[in-house]
Amino acid sequence: METLKSDISNYRNLLKHYIEVRDEQSLYGAEQISKMFIKNNVPPEEIINLHIQALEELHPDMPDYFRHSMNFLLEIMISYGIAHQEHHSLREEQSELKSEIAMAAGMQETLLATTKPEIDCLDIGVVSVSANQMSGDYYHFLKGRDDSIGIAIADVIGKGIPAALCMSMIKYSMDSFPEATMNPKTILKNLNRVVERNVDAGMFITMFYAQYIPSESKIRYASAGHEPGFYYNAQTQKFEEIKAKGLVLGVSPEADYRQYERVIHSGDMVVLLTDGVTECKQGDRFIEIEEVLDVLNQYSDLPAQEMVDKAYKHFERMQNFQFRDDFTLMVLKKEADGQ
Amino acid sequence: MNLNIDVTEGNGKSAMKLAGEIDAYTAPQLKEKLLPLTKIENNQVEVDLEGVHYMDSTGLGVFISALKSVNESDSKMRLINLQNRVLRLFQITGLDEIITLDTAIRGGND
Repeated sequence: METLKSDISNYRNLLKHYIEVRDEQSLYGAEQISKMFIKNNVPPEEIINLHIQALEELHPDMPDYFRHSMNFLLEIMISYGIAHQEHHSLREEQSELKSEIAMAAGMQETLLATTKPEIDCLDIGVVSVSANQMSGDYYHFLKGRDDSIGIAIADVIGKGIPAALCMSMIKYSMDSFPEATMNPKTILKNLNRVVERNVDAGMFITMFYAQYIPSESKIRYASAGHEPGFYYNAQTQKFEEIKAKGLVLGVSPEADYRQYERVIHSGDMVVLLTDGVTECKQGDRFIEIEEVLDVLNQYSDLPAQEMVDKAYKHFERMQNFQFRDDFTLMVLKKEADGQ
Repeated sequence: MNLNIDVTEGNGKSAMKLAGEIDAYTAPQLKEKLLPLTKIENNQVEVDLEGVHYMDSTGLGVFISALKSVNESDSKMRLINLQNRVLRLFQITGLDEIITLDTAIRGGND
């Protein structure tokens, strides 16, 4: 309150000075005081009142019509004062919400955390960046008792908080499936039923599920409408699209998924991604998938994690580059036998 | 980017013509206009996508909602004149097998 009192006398002095000499210095002082008023949450009608008081002290002979007009102005400012108060409390609420979302995002990170398995024969690299605070992309690794590795990469359609909540549901459903049913097509079929029953009509999930069997150097996989991945043949140094067709999760309860399998040779790679990768834009131009593959090819001698990190940085550094969606890129690299 | 939505109705048929981009910003407008058409009993809903050069997955979400809705009201929906980029999205997601797409007169300019 003391500071407010000194502001009031400050205001009067400044006003007096300004009326007398009309210099820049007093205007600068006025700017400082107005900032102080805002900081102390002084409503506009209070400032008009202050102005009237100051004027009456400085010019007791002020004409009546002028005094009346100032009281009229004071009345006018009252609604502005209420609006200002509302704005103030909205800002407070907004900052509370922001910190709640930040907490939720932190919790999502903990809930969905997955550990990249360290196994001898398969080098795994993954980068996942969300466009907003909470991600709708998801990847997960599962190590089976038979040493197989389950790899899921998924994208919830719909963004932000609802998508993030949906991801947690998927993760916990997967955790609850008995291990005996952990083959790609059964997982997708079971998840499809969970999603179909539990999310609203316009929401759906795409997922690619792969299972690596080290003893046979083989991957089995199935796709639920997910952005196609790529297979890199080390001998020809060429990428080919991994064709796997299946309906997105959550649309039809009867959906069935086809399972595919192939042997991975030393040096070969499987590249998995979400549509955030192919929906990146540089200015008005979409980044074509070929560019992503070219960059990966360029770094194909590096360990898998360095490859995806370098690829991500490559696009991030481009001028006018923008992410429209969450971005997840994963590389599974078969290491030479005996390494 | 905007989305222009033109609807003509009559004789048990609703024809919608779209031009622009369908993304998270424009999808709600599309949903608002499209869903009421799909709720009309025994209606034939035709959506012309020739003027749509970009659609993201939120757009697919709208068409999935619309599909569920036409099935409930014994109506039919078909999408016509899909650009390659948009068609690819329906193919990847497997939705081309449950939504009627007429690609005979597909625009080939991208």
